Amino acid sequence: MSIFNFLLPKKKSANLAKERLQIIISHERTNNTAPDFLPQLKKELIAVIAKYMPLQEDQINIQMHRQDNHSTIEMNFVVPNADE
Amino acid sequence: MAHVIVVTSGKGGVGKTTTSAAISTGLALCGFKTVVIDFDVGLRNLDLIMGCERRVVYDFINVINKEATVKQALIKDKRCDQLFILPASQTRDKDALTTEGVKEIIDELKQEFDYIVCDSPAGIEKGAMMAMYFADSAIIVTNPEVSSVRDSDRILGILNSKSHRATLGQDSIKEHLLITRYSEARVKKGEMLSVQDIQDILAIPLLGIIPESQDVLSASNAGVPVTLFDESEAGMAYRRAIAKFIGEDKTPESFLKKQKRGLFKRMFGIGEETAR
Repeated sequence: MSIFNFLLPKKKSANLAKERLQIIISHERTNNTAPDFLPQLKKELIAVIAKYMPLQEDQINIQMHRQDNHSTIEMNFVVPNADE
Repeated sequence: MAHVIVVTSGKGGVGKTTTSAAISTGLALCGFKTVVIDFDVGLRNLDLIMGCERRVVYDFINVINKEATVKQALIKDKRCDQLFILPASQTRDKDALTTEGVKEIIDELKQEFDYIVCDSPAGIEKGAMMAMYFADSAIIVTNPEVSSVRDSDRILGILNSKSHRATLGQDSIKEHLLITRYSEARVKKGEMLSVQDIQDILAIPLLGIIPESQDVLSASNAGVPVTLFDESEAGMAYRRAIAKFIGEDKTPESFLKKQKRGLFKRMFGIGEETAR
């Protein structure tokens, strides 16, 4: 209950600032560093796969991972059996 | 070989122009032939901070448009004979800056100068992009405050992806963190992000810490770069940062000494109320 908050140790505002920054910046770094062509590449890859296999867009997962000096693109989907 | 430095931050009002003026003056005092360029086309202020606002005849855009030569547009500083200022245009907008035009001028300045300091405007628009594009080093000016730190992180991302060096796949721009308006007392009370907090987040090497100081306003009031305030803590902090930038071995011995009441304070009678 908020009326008992005065009993808790008061959080220093600088610590709060640091925590908030760490969260927002790690989120922004992953979004901002993706190349401009990534959305289009994803769309085309999905279209190619869907041409050969009966898969919906949400069944194909494509993600980009950034390492120190290179990036990888990871694509995951389950190949349905032909006889199903 | 000439070295191009961009002073940038993303956020406005953190001290980019103060820093550009202070750093370029310090480099010149150490004996390097230095030019400082104002990239804030339409909102120029470096001329005021350097105290040469009444001597502007031609500007950066005049040179890009070939209405004047680089030599005609450069303003020689009256205090340091190794220091020159290239002012921004006050009437045009930032679209007047072209990559080819900026490249041509920087290439020409490289023939004659040791250091080319580019004072970036705030934001991530054309002016800021052009200021950083040809840089070899970047000084990221950051206040110990959430919005400034976030914007600095964004600028670092842009430096690593959109600069000339990044697009050519060359060695990346050397990044230096300069924290300004720092208050040790408020950090101790837990009211302000510490140097360590900022370094943990931005993860780039620290060049210097400039304390919050009344001298910075006195300096801008007078149009004198704060580096020339011999007894000022902020001026001394800038001199230390410059010595670190160029390497102690290239720094004249007298540069880091607190001196007696300097010429400029005698002339203007300022910077005396600094707490020490």
